[in-house]
Amino acid sequence: MHFGLTQEQEMIVDTVRSFVENEIYPHEQLVERCGEVPNEIAQNIKNKTKELGFYACNFPESVGGAGLTHMDFALVERELGRGSMALNHFFGRPQNILMACQGEQIERYLLPAVRGDRMDALAMTEPDAGSDVRGMNCSAVRDGDDWVLNGSKHFISGAEHADFFIVFVATGVDDTPRGPKKRITTFLVDRGTPGFDVRDGYNSVSHKGYKNCILTFDDCRLPKEQVLGEVDGGFAVMNEWLYATRLTVAAMSVGRARRCFDYALNYAAERKQFGQPIGKFQGVGFQIADMITEIDAADWLTLAAAWRLDQGLPANREIASAKLYATEMLARVTDTTLQIFGGMGLMDDFPIERFWRDARVERIWDGTSEIQRHIISRDLLRPLGA
Amino acid sequence: MKVLVPVKRVIDYNVKVRVKADGSGVDLANVKMSMNPFDEIAVEEAIRMKEAGKVDEIVVVSIGIEKSQETLRTALAMGADRAILVNAADDVHTDIEPLAVAKLLKAVIAEENPGLVLCGKQAIDNDMNATGQMLSALLGWSQATFASEINVDGDSATVTREVDGGLQTIKVKMPAIVTVDLRLNEPRYASLPNIMKAKKKPLDTKTAADLGVDVAPRLSVVKTTEPAERAAGVKVADVAELVAKLKDEAGVI
Ligand SMILES: Cc1cc2nc3c(=O)[nH]c(=O)nc-3n(C[C@H](O)[C@H](O)[C@H](O)COP(=O)(O)OP(=O)(O)OC[C@H]3O[C@@H](n4cnc5c(N)ncnc54)[C@H](O)[C@@H]3O)c2cc1C
Ligand SMILES: Cc1cc2nc3c(=O)[nH]c(=O)nc-3n(C[C@H](O)[C@H](O)[C@H](O)COP(=O)(O)OP(=O)(O)OC[C@H]3O[C@@H](n4cnc5c(N)ncnc54)[C@H](O)[C@@H]3O)c2cc1C
Repeated sequence: MHFGLTQEQEMIVDTVRSFVENEIYPHEQLVERCGEVPNEIAQNIKNKTKELGFYACNFPESVGGAGLTHMDFALVERELGRGSMALNHFFGRPQNILMACQGEQIERYLLPAVRGDRMDALAMTEPDAGSDVRGMNCSAVRDGDDWVLNGSKHFISGAEHADFFIVFVATGVDDTPRGPKKRITTFLVDRGTPGFDVRDGYNSVSHKGYKNCILTFDDCRLPKEQVLGEVDGGFAVMNEWLYATRLTVAAMSVGRARRCFDYALNYAAERKQFGQPIGKFQGVGFQIADMITEIDAADWLTLAAAWRLDQGLPANREIASAKLYATEMLARVTDTTLQIFGGMGLMDDFPIERFWRDARVERIWDGTSEIQRHIISRDLLRPLGA
Repeated sequence: MKVLVPVKRVIDYNVKVRVKADGSGVDLANVKMSMNPFDEIAVEEAIRMKEAGKVDEIVVVSIGIEKSQETLRTALAMGADRAILVNAADDVHTDIEPLAVAKLLKAVIAEENPGLVLCGKQAIDNDMNATGQMLSALLGWSQATFASEINVDGDSATVTREVDGGLQTIKVKMPAIVTVDLRLNEPRYASLPNIMKAKKKPLDTKTAADLGVDVAPRLSVVKTTEPAERAAGVKVADVAELVAKLKDEAGVI
């Protein structure tokens, strides 16, 4: 067994870490205050990312990506996790699912997304269908060679910057012994398609400036060429590609926890009360010990899951464990750090209150903690007939 | 023209330096090491010269322990063409003194015949600021130190130097040793394609013995101590009091 990084991986980590420190950190407070990323800054980050060859680095070389392994990419995401999600959005990492593009779709969606000419967003969630993705009401019916979409999606991240959307909709129902089950199809929808609208979403306390939007489809007509993958094959597409985003959430949580921890460690060493650094009180020192133990554990869990993907081993349960543990670890680490900062931890003079707010969404999106536990427990118990 | 750039592996500038308990030096076990920032500027300058068509090959050299390979790979990932590691110590705590480094570089230069050597003005670990100057003396080449601008033109180079009084511009004959200062340029990040290519670029390893140089230390470290903690300041009531204190107590005006 070998636990070290290769020299290439060390350099990738160094480059992305410096990039985040120099190109992302300086704009974080501005984004936090105005709730959006000024266009000039966004374009600047995007251009620099392209120049460095990191844009769409999660894609294979055959389509213009960098062909990173899952492990390499997890390291990239871990370092990006230190910085603001709103700003990092322009260190573009299009949805892997675009690899399912075929024929003309490759020129129209996949390649421009990898080049950074067109940005994407992914839409599954609806007001009445969150964890229960298959319960979605947004639907499409055939009309000649076209499909007609109706319904709405909410909580869609990055939608305000997206040029096109990867949308999952119901295209029928199957009767199964366990009750009716919806068939899902994936569509590629261009911004500006008649009958399709992108509206402002809600204000979230996590990741200011990383907005979520509401999508509405009102008799939105799409030619059959807009189907991504097979008709009724949406669940297969989802299963084949979406594990990657869950691993991303785990990796980012580890990076953010490490940034937060550095604040905790330094503050515990410098802040004096009762005539000594508060870190000398066992009550604080032991919190530092618990934090770093959990961060390291989450880091290894995440990298081990990425390693399994690279080896072609089943990794669904391991990814779920990494996502579950890393996001819950981040919640504890940000909360403990805030506690170590005392009253100042709550004030926006320090980024601690922001880390603490930002951490909250990680346990919800890309599958809630409960859904991860469901995946893990079913993976273990189903084979035993329970 | 071929450019030679010596690069040193030093404690990362972000690391809080700690003195070893026995006072024999600074603790380097398990701390992050990086390329000396001034050397990074030298590598960047060499790459820019190559991009401008004035240089056709950039050779980077590091003198130190086996691990200095990492620093060389970083330079290769930035855009250097070839690397030479001179293995001169086994322990990260062994510092090779400037004179030994200059002699080793002289031996490398005899084999490589570069038209220009770009060094950092000093390494941020010991801040000796001596290697470039010693190398110039050993070779009998011209030297320009603390460069904030370099223009090579045929068999001479015009160099702007940062000196105490301001900026000084001098012309030196090539081949030359130029040591670079902070404001010369802003080094680039290693790009992802270059990181991936770095491994395939040649890296030769030599030893100090191969080059016939004795690296035994001439200096001995008597004691290493933390700098004294800064004493707390005082508040003054008004400008008059400040001026009085600067005059009478500090004696600076
Ligand atoms: C800021 C933000 C951005 C987002 N971006 C996107 C996006 O870009 N695209 C997209 O498609 N979606 C996006 N989402 C949606 C996200 O994936 C969902 O919020 C998530 O899947 C949970 O769905 P829900 O919010 O409807 O909660 P619900 O599914 O209603 O869950 C409510 C509670 O019930 C629990 N629960 C539900 N089912 C079970 C069960 N079987 N067993 C135990 N407990 C259960 C949940 O764990 C949770 O605690 C985003 C969400 C947020 C908050
Ligand atoms: C919104 C707000 C309103 C406030 N209003 C008032 C007010 O009206 N009037 C007023 O006087 N004050 C007020 N306070 C101050 C509040 O009472 C202090 O913030 C609180 O006592 C903690 O002090 P501190 O923030 O300086 O943290 P510190 O005392 O610096 O504590 C930092 C960390 O060290 C830990 N720690 C400290 N000593 C020990 C020890 N011996 N053993 C183990 N752990 C230790 C703490 O538990 C904490 O986790 C307010 C604070 C806030 C945030």
